[in-house]
Amino acid sequence: MSILVLAEHHNGQLAAGTAHVVGAARAIGGDIDLLVAGENVGSVAEAAARLDGVARVRVADNTAYAHQLAEPLADLLVALADEYSHVLAAASTEGKNVLPRVAALKDVSQISEILGVESADTFTRPIYAGNAIATVQSSDPLKVITVRTTAFDAVSEGGAASIEALDYIADSARSRFIGEELAQSERPELSGARVVISGGRGMGNGDNFKLLDGIADKLGAAVGASRAAVDAGFVPNDMQVGQTGKIVAPDLYIAVGISGAIQHLAGMKDSKVIVAINKDDDAPIFQVADYGLVGDLFEILPELEQKL
Amino acid sequence: MKVLVAVKRVIDYNVKIRVKADHSDVDLTNVKMAMNPFCEIAVEEAVRLKEKGVASEIVAVTVGPKAAQEQLRTALALGADRAIHVETDERVESLTVAKLLKGVVDEEKPDLVILGKQAIDTDNNQTGQMLAALTDMGQGTFASEVAFGEGVEAGEVRVTREIDGGLQTVALKLPAVVTTDLRLNEPRYAKLPDIMKAKKKPLETKTPEALGVAVSSGLTLLKVETPAERKGGVKVGSVDELIDKLKNEAKVL
Repeated sequence: MSILVLAEHHNGQLAAGTAHVVGAARAIGGDIDLLVAGENVGSVAEAAARLDGVARVRVADNTAYAHQLAEPLADLLVALADEYSHVLAAASTEGKNVLPRVAALKDVSQISEILGVESADTFTRPIYAGNAIATVQSSDPLKVITVRTTAFDAVSEGGAASIEALDYIADSARSRFIGEELAQSERPELSGARVVISGGRGMGNGDNFKLLDGIADKLGAAVGASRAAVDAGFVPNDMQVGQTGKIVAPDLYIAVGISGAIQHLAGMKDSKVIVAINKDDDAPIFQVADYGLVGDLFEILPELEQKL
Repeated sequence: MKVLVAVKRVIDYNVKIRVKADHSDVDLTNVKMAMNPFCEIAVEEAVRLKEKGVASEIVAVTVGPKAAQEQLRTALALGADRAIHVETDERVESLTVAKLLKGVVDEEKPDLVILGKQAIDTDNNQTGQMLAALTDMGQGTFASEVAFGEGVEAGEVRVTREIDGGLQTVALKLPAVVTTDLRLNEPRYAKLPDIMKAKKKPLETKTPEALGVAVSSGLTLLKVETPAERKGGVKVGSVDELIDKLKNEAKVL
């Protein structure tokens, strides 16, 4: 078996999720290659080569891949796919954008967002917002898989894979990059943070999310939100934790003013320790929280920030 | 401009699911079904494009059993002009659905295809991307804005996409595929007179065979289980007690 992992990177940095995808590849077993595609990605390739268990880093450094658009990236992956039994990527917005395209072009099914590896062709994955876990077996010659990164441990660094340049240039006539607006934050990324503090509709408005910031700073936490808070326009969608947003599994998850709708629980119920702060004693969030504190968040949050 | 909108019949999002006793699948007997929420957003976007004069015709399509015609009637009530039902009782995977939709695209030749980004039953998030690949179209997935006209070149659509960490904007050559994210729009409800009118709108049924697609699957569903239930913990009485528990009991601070 041989596995190709699509490395993800942003601003010249290898994304933390890639080490988790390599972890999933190791659970499958076989030789593991990493594909780094982008423009001026030399430093990313070097970081990728240090990941344990990686045999070879294949680098496609070309303007055609500058913004990881799905169309050229899928063409590149398809050009390489015949050398592999598995193609893996993170179940991030990038992996979800690109991999189904690869699967369709290779005429195979895709297995989305795996949680576990039973064998080289059998995997577990969440369905119905994580309210059921399906075990699926693939009989396709090529397995195209996206990986829920929080379900697999990251491999450590210490490897020294070889780096090889690819000269395949994909056609990029179908789509054109116009621009990007990325949230600037000093805080850790939601999906990889050790502590996450999220606010819900109970926060009342967007300004009140500042009450979470001080606590997040003290704990080195990322700040998230429920879909209700996003729908109400309090905060942008990239902060959303849930079935339709980000899936997180930090050591500590603090849910503030969040009632605990199924679709929110789907995004955070694998957290190690859950704390819920809510004024409604009957809120469903308390059924999954390890520690619940009933009360007015506008009194509790300043006190918590001060005492931490 | 012709717009094709794909919709899927799924379990109503408010329903709590049950796994069958034999673990073969989720039990859908006597369960309330509805249009997938992301598909509602897709229909709404198509209707808005027509209201703006950008779209001239909206064709709704679904793949599924006879009962899925209910969701096509909903799409017609919301503003689609006609509907196509690709009828099959088989469990169809994303790749098969994409192949069937390609068959419809080849016949209908739409300028834009809009789909939901994922269905809330299988949570696959694949069909739109696969359809784009099979038809060799560009794709604008997880769209929060779909723009034509001012500032957008003729023969293109500009799509703003929800990506990890923010937004990305791309221009796609038409015909193109767009998949909807939550913030694209807020779907309207169908009005009673429109529901009545929808019953008279044309609905055509096709078979997978007529579209030249074999309903097959590379995946076997071995079993479906309920995930380990998370047990609720304790209520604490104060911020001090909470900090103490997190430090000394859970050891996460």
